[in-house]
Amino acid sequence: MKSYFSELFTGAWSLILGLKVTIKTMFTPIVTVQYPREKLEITPNYRGHIDLIKDAETGTHKCISCGSCQRECPSDCIVVVGEKREGVKGKVLTKFTLDFTKCSLCGACVEVCPTKALDYSNEYELAGDARSDFYFDILKRVEERK
Amino acid sequence: METLHSILPELIRIVICAIGGAVIVFGNALVMGYAERKLAGHIMLRPGPMEVGWHGILQLVVDGIKLMGKQLVVPKQADKPLYMLAPILAFAPVFAPLLLIPFSDKLQGFDIDVGMLVILAFASINVLAILIGGWSSNNKYSLFGAFRSVAQNVAYEIPMLISLLAVVFMTNTFSLREIAAAQSPVWFVLLQPLAFLIYIVAMVAETNRAPFDLPEAESELTAGFHTEYSGMSFSLFVLGEYANMFIVCSVATVFFLGGSSGIPLPYFEYTGALWFLLKVYALMFFLVWIRWTYPRTRFDQLMNFCWKYLIPFSLVNLLITVVVVKLI
Ligand code: SF4
Ligand code: SF4
Repeated sequence: MKSYFSELFTGAWSLILGLKVTIKTMFTPIVTVQYPREKLEITPNYRGHIDLIKDAETGTHKCISCGSCQRECPSDCIVVVGEKREGVKGKVLTKFTLDFTKCSLCGACVEVCPTKALDYSNEYELAGDARSDFYFDILKRVEERK
Repeated sequence: METLHSILPELIRIVICAIGGAVIVFGNALVMGYAERKLAGHIMLRPGPMEVGWHGILQLVVDGIKLMGKQLVVPKQADKPLYMLAPILAFAPVFAPLLLIPFSDKLQGFDIDVGMLVILAFASINVLAILIGGWSSNNKYSLFGAFRSVAQNVAYEIPMLISLLAVVFMTNTFSLREIAAAQSPVWFVLLQPLAFLIYIVAMVAETNRAPFDLPEAESELTAGFHTEYSGMSFSLFVLGEYANMFIVCSVATVFFLGGSSGIPLPYFEYTGALWFLLKVYALMFFLVWIRWTYPRTRFDQLMNFCWKYLIPFSLVNLLITVVVVKLI
């Protein structure tokens, strides 16, 4: 008989506590970001696919077409082509592509680059409906970037 | 509508009442459907519907159109006539109780001597609809949902009736208008707090809402008795559920919260309905609040709670009420 009433009271009390929890939550401000319309700042530590860095002084990339990154890449996803031109010291980069379908984001290419020309991008909106959507032309990207 | 009664012929009155009932049923479903999803969202720290219209305010309209456009699927082995009858049976009986509810002194379809009994009788048809729907679907989940619903509703109708009976003993009438009018100095929630609490619990169980939503119990029974229903036949069940919520909350308002009494407004015979609706929607908010707070009870707990706690307590409460009324 004693447990009959004590159960009733502890039960009722726990129900009231539960209601308190939910009503408090109900008036807590919501932090949901309405994604396509609102976007959060991406942390600089985020490691997206690789990108050539745009040098502020020269206004172009620092790649010397040495090909180290292409050789270092364990998944064989980088293609670097450079050519000799009249009157220009060193090689000129003509093609730099990344096959992101195979990239494991290991970062070996970024580490190995002798001129620190590569870095991780902040790109995270990567959805596509074909493989070809993920063959990135890194050279074009750096030229288009302001 | 006594004044209306003398001016307008009976037929027009009936038409007006029917339109009013339909407006309440559909309007209430729109408001509650939106409010429920919004409140559920905020209780879970998310915004709820946001896409259609300002803060998703048109979401329910779009949902309604979607449901109307959907195909009505009848399972191959289902008992077709019964299967089609069940949603209608869940939805149609909600109109009669609406006509009896005294929204204010003059806004009431009909006032009859046994208003309370009629409302409760119509409310119990809902169980039959669920049983038929579950049985005729020829699906084991639906059948389980239907069985649970019957056991639950039969059990919870007892404390519900007994707790209302305590109020009836105090007022000596079954007429809803007179019960509401009898509370002009003090609301019965203060004189009969226990009966009010018991009624609230039984009311949640009667409308099959969480934490007593065992007939639907989506984690165990897919969707319970309406697993097989789609499109409009499904939405009739939902409309019926929201209308039933409105009715049981109105009954609680009439019996315990003083009906349309409140701070007087101009034309109070009519504007009292504002107070009435305010009380009803406060109770509905409470229903939504507990739905998103408590986990679903187990079936044996549900039955234990009714037979071991609610019924004995309501009987004791009734006994005390009778003795006190007799002595005073
Ligand atoms: S991150 Fe690794 S896998 Fe990706 S391109 Fe660079 S070296 Fe290749
Ligand atoms: S390692 Fe650096 S400099 Fe060499 S090709 Fe790759 S990006 Fe260009």
